[in-house]
Order: sequence, then structure tokens, then C-alpha cells
Amino acid sequence: MTDKYDAIVVGGGHNGLVCSALLARAGKQVLVLEANDQVGGAAVTREFADGYSVSACAHLLYQLQPSVRKDLSLSPKLAAEDMTTIALGENGEHVRLRRGTVLGVSDADADSYRGFHKRMSRFADLLRTYFNKTPPRLGTKDFQDLKTLGRLGFDLRRLGKTEMREFLRLIGINIHDELTERFDSPLLKGALSLDAVLGTHLGPRSPNTIMTYLYRLAGDHGRVALPAGGMGSISDELAHVARESGVTIRTGMPVTRIVVGNGRVVGVETGSGERFDSLTVISNADPKQTIMQLVGARHVETGFTHRVHHLRMKGNAAKLHLALDGLPAIDGLSKKDYAERIVIAPDEHYVERAFNPAKYGACSPEPVLEMTFPSFRDSSLAPTGKHVMSAVVQYAPYDFKGGWDDAARQAFEAAAIRAIERYAPDIAQRITASELLTPADIEREFRITGGHWHHGELTLDQFLFVRPVCGAAQYRMPVDGLYLCGAGAHPGGGVSGAAGRNAARAILSREKAA
Amino acid sequence: MKIQEVHQGRLHSPFYSRLSALDTLNQWHEWKGYSSADALYCEDMEYFAIRNATAVFDLTPMTKYRITGPDAPDYIDRLVTRDMGKIKPGRVAYAVWCDDRGQVIDDGTIFHLREGEYRLCSQERHMAWLQTAAIGFDVSIVLETADVAALAVQGPTSFTVLSKMGLDGLEDLKPFGLMNFDFDGADLMVSRTGFTGDLGYELWIEPGKAELLWDALFEAGKLYGIRAMGTHALELARIEAGYLAAYQDFLPADATVRAGRTRSPLELGLGWLVDFKKPNFNGRRALAEEKRRGSTWRLVKLDIEGNKAAHHSYIFAKEKGNKREIGFVTSAAWSPVCKQNIAIGTVRMPHGAVGSNVWVEIYYQREMHWSRAMARATVVDKPFWFPPRRSATPPGPY
Repeated sequence: MTDKYDAIVVGGGHNGLVCSALLARAGKQVLVLEANDQVGGAAVTREFADGYSVSACAHLLYQLQPSVRKDLSLSPKLAAEDMTTIALGENGEHVRLRRGTVLGVSDADADSYRGFHKRMSRFADLLRTYFNKTPPRLGTKDFQDLKTLGRLGFDLRRLGKTEMREFLRLIGINIHDELTERFDSPLLKGALSLDAVLGTHLGPRSPNTIMTYLYRLAGDHGRVALPAGGMGSISDELAHVARESGVTIRTGMPVTRIVVGNGRVVGVETGSGERFDSLTVISNADPKQTIMQLVGARHVETGFTHRVHHLRMKGNAAKLHLALDGLPAIDGLSKKDYAERIVIAPDEHYVERAFNPAKYGACSPEPVLEMTFPSFRDSSLAPTGKHVMSAVVQYAPYDFKGGWDDAARQAFEAAAIRAIERYAPDIAQRITASELLTPADIEREFRITGGHWHHGELTLDQFLFVRPVCGAAQYRMPVDGLYLCGAGAHPGGGVSGAAGRNAARAILSREKAA
Repeated sequence: MKIQEVHQGRLHSPFYSRLSALDTLNQWHEWKGYSSADALYCEDMEYFAIRNATAVFDLTPMTKYRITGPDAPDYIDRLVTRDMGKIKPGRVAYAVWCDDRGQVIDDGTIFHLREGEYRLCSQERHMAWLQTAAIGFDVSIVLETADVAALAVQGPTSFTVLSKMGLDGLEDLKPFGLMNFDFDGADLMVSRTGFTGDLGYELWIEPGKAELLWDALFEAGKLYGIRAMGTHALELARIEAGYLAAYQDFLPADATVRAGRTRSPLELGLGWLVDFKKPNFNGRRALAEEKRRGSTWRLVKLDIEGNKAAHHSYIFAKEKGNKREIGFVTSAAWSPVCKQNIAIGTVRMPHGAVGSNVWVEIYYQREMHWSRAMARATVVDKPFWFPPRRSATPPGPY
């Protein structure tokens, strides 16, 4: 059986759904083929224990772009908005951060943080403008490229001389240096370090961590929200919008091959051997999988294969899900604080020390955590009176020495529980079921090479003009008709929809030009 | 830990004992780690052996890779610009390979030894590129330079010599064909290939049989003017044949730093090797774009007036009043066999169309003083030396 579509999207992750919906609204016949039984990719809600559900991978909404919301008229239901970050401290002395204010630190630190946040937000806003644009190519005479590039230069200059210098000084360096220069409070430094390194293979002393911090801030001015019904609700809404727009979505259809004929894509083939024809194939899979597995090295050139093969995309973040028979008691937290984002990163050295073993393929004995109790505001996720905890735990390297097995998984889970126990001594007694997803599990379940949630490390050498690699930074891959629309493309990961939206726009404008 | 002993200093090819016995000049240079003779007794005599009798050249130092594995055919086909699907087992292809920008890395010969098994021979080493190109392919690439002793046997009497040596059936071997013979219990592979543009063969055998093969060959060739030769004679012959040499007529793209110093196959007159019907090969996108947009450079073969070799000369469009040069000569020689002053050069497009005239600025020295001459040159299409015997099958007896 062969069906012909104007475009086929490989993978129904949130970016794939955004892309397909926008193409359909432009009058295209679009087919989305999703391998799993539900769409959403890493933005899904699923039951991990009887009666307990949780956002299976991404759990906090930082980045959903206003442009995407507007274009698709999305109105996601949120269980919590503009959440406070609570950095847990000894003896119940916690630090609380929200927008530019911080509580629980000295006046000097609070002042300093206000200035720091203001400056960082300004830089992040600049970045955000470019998240919603196709990055310009360097060294071309293309008018659009030159215009965007000129605009970038102008925007940088418009920061003012001092601020532009500051931006250029900061963009490549590590966050540790900047934090130690500005702040005294270990908890504050720990929490900000954590923000900079979440989801990366970087420690606070690694170069480039100011950029990852800015990336996080750039999403929605650093505001964090918790979608009602888990992250899956965002995907469900996107799928609904896509279907309304005329997109055909088929689940349980893993694409095993992007078919190339005579140097251009002509369709895709699924695991069951079904063939779908289209001259435009848009991959929501990561770039490595797209090129090395789905297309095949023989259809692209050597230099390109080399770059894709060497993309750094080994995940380091594990996901921990706990079913609890009640909320754990944490000294110094009021009841409503359980609705907030709670982090365990006592100081910046702790975060760096947690990272150390990961360089050598071992897990952190004392991991850092970003925790939420989504059931606190959203009773649909757990039976009445019970709760779920969803946490990102670092560092658990993808290429764990000796390989990930149940023993390794249990050992890391135990380390995570021990870290929580320091603040919530009764946590172990409260657990009725648990699940730990290592990067290897994330790779398998969500089909992300290396289990890296950005589909490739977010560092300057894999960013903007060169994301994912030179020769493919404008969503167009060097095989005619093949595009990339996932987190591996500019700007990167997080539930933002920016890559999907930009890809759709790039495809449509290319068609217009042709 | 066991430390592997590494040979120190220059290597000797398995034919060294025989070459050094014939050597009277003691004029050697280094070729990819091996000692290789410039000339053994007289480069002129050695050259005339190529054109009038049989000359034997030790090409053991030439870089050789064995490429095998399930994906070897696909791998080779993506590597080079020509359609390797047309090169059946038992055939050899001259080929050129490019980087993603369509710039030539090197040229060489690819032997399709058996179904899906190849030997790639080139002047330069390319393991890094070949390994990079192997990402995503199930292939094995092994450097086998030292495992294969090789001789070029070139010249009008080469067929007769090899027949006398007992290689029955060689008369059926066509240019760019391969044949295997038994030689003292070892496999002797003979290919009808060479770098001289004349009738000639290349012999490939395990190193242990090298001296025995040499002796048998020279015994058979005694009455047919067989001589050993060095690289100087070969260099002259290859210019006459119009063959290109890396680092002379082009620079390997992966070893070139400055922009604009590399060349595409289209710019080297190797467009006939670029098969755009192939859906993908390294450099295809860039070359298709170049074809659409036009090349920057053109390789030219020049027939120059006078008899002063135009080494390193600038090429001009006119005799006088030139604002700037249009190109330069990369290889030049007085060709004894053609009685022509010949050169290979590179000029900027649109100059250098076949049949057109350009001017070559030749500097020459007479008793210390330098003189300069502007010589008219005609751009020619065919190799300077292309005798019918080169491709006659069966080759005539001489």
C-alpha cells in the first residue's frame, strides 16, 4: 500500500506536531507517523504504577514559545504557574527564588541577584528573538541570511557598549566563576548552578554553562509552569490542533527507513514494511538517528556523516518517579510549598562534585535533584490522598561503565533517595512504588540517541549557525526533501515548539522561493 | 606491555637487492618511507627503455589499501566520483576522490580483485580520510603497502618479455584488466596498467617471491632490452602521457590550507570521471553547483614553441601588454619521443579552450645570466604520447 502526502513527519513529538499543524494550515496534506502508542515523544504523561501517573520525561514547562501558542491558538491548562524555586537547606533554612527576587539570603546577595537576573534576562530576551528565526548561514550572499545576521549584530550592539562586552565575555564562560564573584550564599549558588547544568553533560565549572543558563531563562523569562494532567496534556492539545488542521496522525508506526531515490527523499518505510510516499520528509527524530539510521550514510557525504557521527549527545539526566502514600515531611516547608519546584543543590561545589564521576562513566554518589510533586495541585495524577513525585536526577551518564542494569539502576535510585532523605527523613517510608529512567532507558523509550533531552549537547559548537552541524543548520538536510524539526535543530530542546515552528516556516518559505 | 619494534630509517623494498646491484649512480630519494632510485645508471637511457624496449620500475612503495566487507561496493561507489558499479571483478578503474566541497583529495587506481574486494592505490596516504568515509559502512580498510611487492613493466616489448616468462594467455588481457597466474606456487597478479602511457603491465606478488620474480623477468627480457628505471624517467613518461601528479599538478584537498588552492575534478580535466547520474558521491552537490555556475580553473596541456622547457612558467593571454598572468605551468619537459616542448598547466576560465593560443614566459640561464622568452603555446586535447600499441589487444610482438 502506498499513500502520497505533501509531507510526512517522522515522529510525533511536540515539535513534530507543531510542524505538521502549521504545514496543514498552509494547505498541505500531512501525515505524522509515531512509533509509540501515544504522541508526544518525550512530552507524555503515563502511568508508572497502579493509579499513579506522571510526566514521563519532560515535566516542567519553561519554554513553550508565545509565537507557537499564538500561531496554533494554544491555551494549555496549567496546574501551577510562575513557580518558585526552593533550594533546600539544612535545618529548614531554605532559599526561595522567583523572577528577580530571592529570599533567605543576605541583603547584599538579594541585591546582587536582582542585578544579575536583570542582566541575564536582557541577554536571554535577545537569544529568544533568535529562537523563533531560522539561523542565518555564514558566508553566503543570501539576502535573508545577511538580514538576520545584520539584525543580530545590530541587536548585540544595541545592548550598549558595556552590556555588549559583558554579553560577549559571559557567553562562553562557566557559571561557577560568575556566581562566586557575585554571591555568598551557597544555596543560591547551588540552585543557579543546577539551572545551568540541568539536562547537560556539563558541571558548573564547565565552559559554556552561562549559555545553557541563558537558554533556560530565554524560554519564558525564566518562568516555570506545571501543566495540568502532566506534560502529555500539552501534546494532546497539539495533536488535537493538528488533527483539526487536517493532519493524519498514526501511532504505533515506527519509521525504520527514510527512502532515498536518485539523491532525494521519496518517502518512508515503517517497521511493518508499509511504504508512504512523499517528496518532503521531516524528521522529528534526533539528527544522528535521522542520518545514520533512517537515511543511511551512503546517501550523504563523508564530511557531513563525520560531523553528525561526532555530535555530542550523551545524556546525563535520569528521571525518578515515586508513588507516595503521603507527602514527605520537609523541615521548613509550608503545605503550599509542595506545589513549587524544589531543588537539592546545597552549593556550587556539590554540583561540580556530583558531575565529577560522570566524566569517567560513573554516577554521582550524591546527586543533584529537581523535584516536583505534581499531584499536589493536580489530583488526576494519583489516588486521593496519595502523591507522586517527579524528579530529574543528575548525574547518571549514558555510557555508564559496565552498562546500565537493574543493579546499577537500583544503586543510583538509592543514592537519589539518600539525597532526598537529608531533607525529608521519612521519604523512604512513603514510597509505595518507584521508577528510575536512566539515559539508556530514555533512549529506548523515547527513541532519543544517547538519551539526551536536547537531541545534542547545547554548547556553542552545536548552537545557532551550527546546530546540529554545519550544512544542516537551516532545518534542511543535505538530501533534497529532507528536513529536521526536532530538538536537534535550532534552537534546541525543552517543550518549546520553536524548532517545529521554524522548520515549518523554513519549508514553506523554501517552497515559495522555488 | 610488549612494545612493537618499529623500523627505523628508510625501508628497503623487497627488490632492493636487485636494484642496488644495478645501481651505479647511488642517487636515491625517499618515497613514503622507502628508498626509491631517481635513476640507476642513466635517466635518458632508462627513459628510452620505456619507449623502445622494456623498463622495470619498483612501485612497491606506492600506497595500497585493501578494502573489503559487505558494504565495500557501496563504500567505494560513494568515495569516488565515477560509477564503480560498472567496474566488474577483474577490472581496474582510474578514479578520483573529493571532499564535500568537490575538491580533489587524490587520484589513483582501484582494482576490483574479486566480487566486493578492492585494492586502492595512490601516491599519497589516505587512511584518515578512508576511515572517516567508512563511518556508517561495514567495511574493513587495511594498509597493505608492505604486503605486496609490485613492479611496473612498461614499454613496447613488455608483452613479449612477460610471454617469454611463461605468462600464457596474457595476449587476451585488455587495458585496465587483471589476470592471475601461478608463479612458483604463489599468486602473481598482472594488471594492464601503468603510468607511462605506453604498452605496459604491473605485476603484484607476495614479497617473499619478489627477487625470484625479478630474476625470471630479467632473464626473459635479456634479448628484449629490459632495463630497470628510476623515478626521473617515469616522470618524463607520465608528462608525455598527460597524467597528473599530486603535489605537482594539484594539491590534495585535505592537506591544503589556503582557500582557492585546491582543484575540482572538473578543473583538472577529469570531468569524464564525474558521473552525475550517480545519485550520491562525495562532492556531488558541490560539483553539480560548480557545473551550473562554471569552474574557476582549467587544466591545459600545452604544445610550446621552441625547445626550452617551461618549468614553473607563468601563462599569459597575449605576448605583450598583459595586465596579469592567467595561470601557470605545473609540469614541463622537452619530450624526446614527441620532439615537442610540452607542459601541463592550469589557467583561469574562460582561458585555455582547446585549440587556442596562450603565451608562456620561460626563464632560462646561459652561463650564469638569465634570459626571458615569451613562447607561443597551443592548448591541445589529447595526451602528447598515445601510441596505438598502448591499447592494442592482443599487443603486437616487438
